[in-house]
Amino acid sequence: MSNFVSRGFTRRRSTPDELADRVPPGQYVERGFPVLTAGPTPLVDTGSWSFRIDGMVVTEKEWSWDEFHELPFETVPCDIHCVTKWSKLGTSFGGVSVDTLLDGVEPQGAYTVAYSYGGDTTNVPLDDLTGGKAWVVTEHEGEPLPRQHGGPARLLVPHLYFWKSAKWVAGLRVLDHDEPGFWEQNGYHIRGDPWKEERYWND
Amino acid sequence: MERLTPVEQRAPGKWQIATVVRIKEETPRVKSFSFDLPMWMPHLPGQHYDVRLTAPDGYRAQRSYSVVSSPLDEGQIELTIDLLDDGEVSPYFHEVVQEGDQVELRGPFTSYFVWRGESPVLLVGGGSGVAPLMAMLRHQRRTMPELDLRLVYSVRYPDDVIYADEIGDDALLTYTREAPEGWSGHTGHVDAELLREPSSGARLAFVCGSNGFVETASELLVGLGMEPGTIRTERFGPTS
Repeated sequence: MSNFVSRGFTRRRSTPDELADRVPPGQYVERGFPVLTAGPTPLVDTGSWSFRIDGMVVTEKEWSWDEFHELPFETVPCDIHCVTKWSKLGTSFGGVSVDTLLDGVEPQGAYTVAYSYGGDTTNVPLDDLTGGKAWVVTEHEGEPLPRQHGGPARLLVPHLYFWKSAKWVAGLRVLDHDEPGFWEQNGYHIRGDPWKEERYWND
Repeated sequence: MERLTPVEQRAPGKWQIATVVRIKEETPRVKSFSFDLPMWMPHLPGQHYDVRLTAPDGYRAQRSYSVVSSPLDEGQIELTIDLLDDGEVSPYFHEVVQEGDQVELRGPFTSYFVWRGESPVLLVGGGSGVAPLMAMLRHQRRTMPELDLRLVYSVRYPDDVIYADEIGDDALLTYTREAPEGWSGHTGHVDAELLREPSSGARLAFVCGSNGFVETASELLVGLGMEPGTIRTERFGPTS
């Protein structure tokens, strides 16, 4: 670690002590909910919406909006960390655990690419999606997930930087190798662990 | 037989100690800072650097800022910093930093919101969102002046215009709160009327500003017939 000190710089924002250990290195606490999106916000109609799991699986699955809402629904309290440096603490989402969605699918590979309406992709290893660590969510703080934040449904993988929580998610494709998605091809880290500060390619 | 080593992706990203060589007051709330970099590498217009400040007690703050200079300025980059009232990094730059000071930087980063010589291109900036667009314009003017880059720029008040002496005659400005005396151009928020002509025929649009500004402008461009995949956005600030 460098010994560099910025002349005349002192802390201006104070994070309460009880929250300080929830803020990863290089992040600051933001009360609002900013947006990182590469293009215009897609308009996804829940009438034609579906969520699929495909690729290297024994059994492909697909749910319509109504079928998806018959699955066990969980409220997920979490902190989220955006690679652009803001963190939002103590928020919550509501949706279906990826463990539930993978039930009976029998994935034959250890990697996935989440793909979205509008064409976005992001890669997430299966290990980061299973064991109660990831959800497909349709609510934020008790309200329908707003379009700008990925509604009607987004992936939620709160232990990784938030670009991995693909907005407007349409499905997960299981692969036998790790394949960089859109953000990862454009400079962001292949895995994106905020606690290791894995922001960019060479981090 | 030994295989050829593939060419590695160039490796930006190490923190380096840069020196502030020039500070320019752009508007009462916006300053541009030019830095000498010991390990400079050329950026693509639209890329950003991360800035890291360290207090004597070890406390650190990081933010990202777009490069506003052309990569033809070897060894240097310029960043434009908007003063945010509740900010932590921007007040330091505005109130403390002087020429000769040292600052830790790393970059250039990400390769999506970047201009690679496409034309015609529409640039739509709101407030300090004009910053990455200025890097594109400056580079285009020095390298490929025949290419067609058109700027639409929305500001609130007359003294909010950043890079005022570099806004070309072909740029379309709009003032949302108050226009200069005798102004006969567009006033009010960016609308379809303002965007129709400059968006027609554009291969690509770059839209940067507050989240609300970008949301509005990019939806207008889709409404005017641009394919969503040809509209690239960069947003700051929370949703309302």
